[in-house]
Amino acid sequence: MSKRIEVRDLDVYYGKFKAVEGITLNIEPRSVTAFIGPSGCGKSTFIRTLNRMHEVIPGAWVDGEVLIDGSNLYEAGVDPVLVRRQVGMVFQRPNPFPTMSIRENVLAGVKLNNKRLSKSDADDLVERSLKGANLWNEVKDRLEKPGSGISGGQQQRLCIARAIAVQPDVLLMDEPCSALDPISTLAIEDLIEELKTEYTIVIVTHNMQQASRVSDRTAFFNIAGTGQPGKLIEYDDTSTIFSNPSEQSTEDYVSGKFG
Amino acid sequence: MAASTSAASGTNIYAAGLLGKRTPWFVLAGCLAASFVLFWLLQAGTPGATLNVAGAIIVGAIFYPLAIYTISLLVEGARKAKDRLVTALVYGAFLLALAPLITLLSTVVANGLARFDLEFFTYSMRSIVGAGGGFVHAMVGTLLMTLTATVISVPIGLMTSVYLVEYGRGPLARAITFFVDVMTGIPSIVAGLFAYSIFALLFGPGTKLGIAGAISLTVLMIPVVVRSSEDMLKLVPNELREASYALGVPKWLTILKVVLPTSIAGIMTGVILAIARIIGETAPLLVAAGFTNNLNYDMLNGRMQSLPVAVYYQYVSPGVDVQAYLDRAWAGALTLILIVMLLNIIARLIARYFAPKSGR
Repeated sequence: MSKRIEVRDLDVYYGKFKAVEGITLNIEPRSVTAFIGPSGCGKSTFIRTLNRMHEVIPGAWVDGEVLIDGSNLYEAGVDPVLVRRQVGMVFQRPNPFPTMSIRENVLAGVKLNNKRLSKSDADDLVERSLKGANLWNEVKDRLEKPGSGISGGQQQRLCIARAIAVQPDVLLMDEPCSALDPISTLAIEDLIEELKTEYTIVIVTHNMQQASRVSDRTAFFNIAGTGQPGKLIEYDDTSTIFSNPSEQSTEDYVSGKFG
Repeated sequence: MAASTSAASGTNIYAAGLLGKRTPWFVLAGCLAASFVLFWLLQAGTPGATLNVAGAIIVGAIFYPLAIYTISLLVEGARKAKDRLVTALVYGAFLLALAPLITLLSTVVANGLARFDLEFFTYSMRSIVGAGGGFVHAMVGTLLMTLTATVISVPIGLMTSVYLVEYGRGPLARAITFFVDVMTGIPSIVAGLFAYSIFALLFGPGTKLGIAGAISLTVLMIPVVVRSSEDMLKLVPNELREASYALGVPKWLTILKVVLPTSIAGIMTGVILAIARIIGETAPLLVAAGFTNNLNYDMLNGRMQSLPVAVYYQYVSPGVDVQAYLDRAWAGALTLILIVMLLNIIARLIARYFAPKSGR
C-alpha cells in the first residue's frame, strides 16, 4: 500500500509569482516526513503539489516532476481525481461534511464516488477506519449523529478516518494539529505513529517539538525575504536536523534564534 | 468586607445616578397623557369636535424623546441621556415603519372578509354581473403561471449560479453577473411586453396565453433566483470542497453531493421568496396573459386570469353594483396576501428543516 515519493526539481507558481523553487527530495515508504519552516516559505504550497490539490487555487501551476512509485503525477493525461484517490489529505481545520452523519462522513470518499457498497461491507469499513483513527470507542454509539457535533479533536480524527477509508497509499497532513488542544494533539501524534506502519506520511507543522516527536526525516524550508521563492534548505534525518544540522539557518531556526 | 461597607456608606466610586427600570414607561405614559389633555383643552371650546386621537399620539411621541433626554441628563449624565434619546428614536422609527404595514393589513382584512366566503373560492366570474361570483379562475391562473415560471426559472437560475460560483472566471462570468444585475432592475411591464412580442411574432398579433404570462414571470424570477442562490453557494466553506477533492471526488460530484446539500436550505428559501416576489405581479400578466372571466386550465390555449389582474379589473371597471365589485377586489387582495404569507412561512420551515444539524 505504502509508496515512495520522488520529487525532481519542482517549481511552483501562482500566476507569474514563483512561490517555491527547485525542490528535489525523496520520501521513503512507511516513514513520517515533516516539513518545517517559517510562515510563507511554501511548505503548504509544496505539500499540495504532492496530490495536485494546488490546482484548486486559481492560477497555481507547477514545473518539474513528482513521481509516486515511478509514475509522474504531472505527465500529460494524468487525471488529478485518480491521483487524489491514492494520495489522501488532512487539512489544518477539521472539515467534516456538515450535512452528513459520522458514519456517512467516513463513507464519504466511497459514497460520493457513486460506488455501491453492501451494508455489511460499509459497516466493516466504518469500523476499520474509525478504529484506525482511534475514534471508534468514542463514537460507536452515535454513528448516526451529525459529524459536526463532536469536539474539534474528534472531528480531526474523523477527517483522518475519512481519508484512510479510501485506502490511499500516501497521507498528506497540512498542520493537522494547529487548531487542536494538547490532549487532542497527543491523540493525533499517537495515531500518526501507528499509521506509518501502513502509509507514507508527510506532515507540515509549525511545531518543532511535534516534528521531532513524530517524524523520521525532516525537511527545512526557508525564504530569503518577502517576494522571494521558498527553497528547501536542508533535508535529513530528524535527529540530525535537530542536533547537528549542516546549515547555519537550520540551526538558527530549530534553536529558536528566529522564526 | 471593605468593599461592602464602602458601597453601603455611598462612597463607591463606580456608582452613578440611575433611572429605575420602569421609569421610561412612566415618562411615556406621562407624555401621552399630557398630549391628550392638551388636545382636549384645545378642542374644548369647539362644540361637537371629536378628540383627535392620532394627532395626540403623534404629539405625545414627539414629547417623549425630549422628556426622557432631559430627565436622564439631570439624573444620569450626558452619556446615558444620549443613549436614551437614541433608543427612543430607534424605537420610534421602527413603529413608524410598522404603522403603514399594520394599517394595510388591517384594512385588507376588514374589507376583504365581506366576500371571503365559499362562493369566492368555488365560482369564476363567468356570466356574473353584480353581486356573487368568485375568483377561482384567477387563483387557478396565478397558481399555474407561477408554477410554470418556477419550473422554468429555478433550473436555469440555479445552474447559472453554480456556473458563476464554481466555474466562472474572466469576462464571461463578469458579463453574466452584470446582465443578471441589469435584469433585476428591469421594470416588470417590460418583461410582459417581451413575452407578448415573442408570442405576437410567433403566433400573430394579439396572442395572449397563460404560457406567455409564465414566460414574462420567468424573466423577472431568474435574476432573483441567481442572486439568492449565488450568495448561498458562496457561503459554503471552501474547506468542504477541498475535503471532497482530496478524497478523489470529481468536481461535478462535489458540487452535486457536497456543495448543494450544504446550501439547499438557503437555496430553497431563496426560491420561495422569489415566488413570493413574482406572484403579485400585475402589469406583465395584464399584457401577456390578458384578462378573462372564464376558468382556464390550459396554459397553451386562451387567455388566463390571475389574482392581481382580477383585483385590478374589479376596481377599474365595476358594473352597476359597484360595492360588489369592490368587495371582490378586496377579497382577492386578501387571498393574495395570505398566499404570500403562507409561502414565507413555508420558506422558514424549509430553512429550519434542511439546515445542517449540529446537535450532539
